[in-house]
Amino acid sequence: MEDQLRDIAVKLFKDGSVDLIIGYEAGTLPLRAAPCVIKSAEEADRLVWNMNCGSNLATYLLPVAEANPEKKLGILAKGCDSRSIVGLIKERQIERERIFVIGVSCSGILDRRKLDNALNGAEILEAQFNGDKLTLKCENVETRHAVSVHVADYIHSSCSTCQHKTPVLHDILIGEPDVEADVNVYEHVEALESQSADERWEYFVSEMSKCIRCYACRGACPFCYCNECFVDQNQPQWFGKTNELSDTMIFHLVRAFHVAGRCVNCGACARACPMGVDLMSLTKKIEKDMNELYGYIAGMDIEELAPFTTFEEDDPQEFIVEPD
Amino acid sequence: MEEKIIDKSEIGPLLSKLKESYQVIAPVRRDGDISFERIDSADEVVLEFSNTKKVPKSVFFPQEEVMFVYSRSESGTEIKEPPLEQAASLLFGVRPCDARSFSLLDMVFDSEDYKDIYYIRRREGAKVIGLACTSPRQTCFCTTVGGGPFNHDGMDLLLVDLGGKYLAEPVTDYGEELTEDFPAAADADKQKRDQMRENAEKCMKPIVADLDDLKNKLDTGFESDFWDELHTKCIGCATCTYLCPTCHCFDIYEEEEDNNSGYRLRLWDSCSLPLFTLHTSGHNPRPSTKERVRQRIMHKFNYFVTNFNEFGCVGCGRCVQNCPVNLDIRDVISKIAVSS
Repeated sequence: MEDQLRDIAVKLFKDGSVDLIIGYEAGTLPLRAAPCVIKSAEEADRLVWNMNCGSNLATYLLPVAEANPEKKLGILAKGCDSRSIVGLIKERQIERERIFVIGVSCSGILDRRKLDNALNGAEILEAQFNGDKLTLKCENVETRHAVSVHVADYIHSSCSTCQHKTPVLHDILIGEPDVEADVNVYEHVEALESQSADERWEYFVSEMSKCIRCYACRGACPFCYCNECFVDQNQPQWFGKTNELSDTMIFHLVRAFHVAGRCVNCGACARACPMGVDLMSLTKKIEKDMNELYGYIAGMDIEELAPFTTFEEDDPQEFIVEPD
Repeated sequence: MEEKIIDKSEIGPLLSKLKESYQVIAPVRRDGDISFERIDSADEVVLEFSNTKKVPKSVFFPQEEVMFVYSRSESGTEIKEPPLEQAASLLFGVRPCDARSFSLLDMVFDSEDYKDIYYIRRREGAKVIGLACTSPRQTCFCTTVGGGPFNHDGMDLLLVDLGGKYLAEPVTDYGEELTEDFPAAADADKQKRDQMRENAEKCMKPIVADLDDLKNKLDTGFESDFWDELHTKCIGCATCTYLCPTCHCFDIYEEEEDNNSGYRLRLWDSCSLPLFTLHTSGHNPRPSTKERVRQRIMHKFNYFVTNFNEFGCVGCGRCVQNCPVNLDIRDVISKIAVSS
């Protein structure tokens, strides 16, 4: 698939379909790929596609478009990236005509944190994918050893519940369309819903307490494109910026609500978080609510109106509380 | 000073003794990561680790700190600094890169030009017991920026893990005093230490061949083309700065509790974030990730050198490991160093 991607990139530059391509290049460490922008056919060899390509490239679409006015933008998109691009087009942040989407069928992204936890701090020095196995050469303070793991056990949770691995929007598609997995997408959310409010509170308190307010979640999110984020408004300062629980909690809750009906649950925020905060329980719950309340799944169709920009007489109103 | 041997079984009793006079801060396991925390018991301490994710600088420079509390009444306004009610800190098991960061932070916060009372009151009387890096990680590059895996900088005592025992290298009088009752290291122990040091140093290849040249390139490179590409993948978060042992920028906030009382606090800030240089007028001289990435690199590898004759980076590699988009500072400085 990587060869095919590079061939396509060369062709697109040569026939003038694109002036640049937003893709991934090899990272500087094992199991990393880094977002990159290439500007000529000669650079096509830099492009990679593998299970480490965990950033959502749609996040780069707006800054790259702004920095390169009038240019035609190529972008590599897995399923979730493509749905984010659909969202950005719907929200009129970018014109469909300006972008060329190289869709790539995705089999899931590796959850590096899960792998690190399983290795108990041992450093991964080399990694090699062999079919459904991943062979790792590791070192910790005492030993140097090789480990072989099943890739399937370390797929990121955003991907193991993903129903749209094949890009919904593409101008060319690499790889075979994926068959939707027959899984209960909301198993984890239902488990949380079945808990008492106190238990859920305790869980979210323990997760949010890890937050260091670095805003990597915001930076990684294709829908956090506000020119001024609510948390940065300081005249007046609406939101506290400390690591106290009330401040971190309100930041994450408001952010989650702000992307409700827009978030495609790509998991890029959770993968970006250096502290491993479980952000996806929030985003997945909101996705479920949007689906149940409005029958809406974000990022599927450019023409479909977003629930929060429309009003129907029979919209659910149970949540509207009468004043006393 | 005489090098001593401390059997590993002696560490527990030593920590318990130290706890009588200091608040002892040591690596413990929290939420799956190792971090420096105040310990209640020596049993919590984990000394088999590469390095912590969060940095020990927060002991002296916490992410948030109340500067003063005010209250207003008919008789006037009263302003009080909250007292620091804690024993002096003793940090145990600090890696040489992090210990060196304390020396660099001292230059910033405790100089002739500027005395930061909040930093100094936490730093004063603090002791640092280091732990040599016998197996540096692939992301470590302390030797490139003037440090080393067995360096003493910023420490009172350095421990070298020889297996069942530590070789203790006193650096200050306090370090010597602390180890006075322990037996002297034999020649064989010292040779073993020398071999380990050599191996550890050998693991780390220099990232940049000529550091002076890097500084010079940056002197004239503020408007250079290389900044146009280096920042592209940056998503403008503060992971690199908040996990950095030497970053030291902060912002000041006011919190009002009611009409007549409140407090002022300072919080870590980051040159990667949009508010960092935003002027009251609304103008931001660093409007995009390009200017923000440039600022971070310039501060560490140029301005800091101008001000203090040291690089503002200790090569711990945390930003390399944790950057969500793998924007590798080693890659950045080596590209700048070879640029024309």
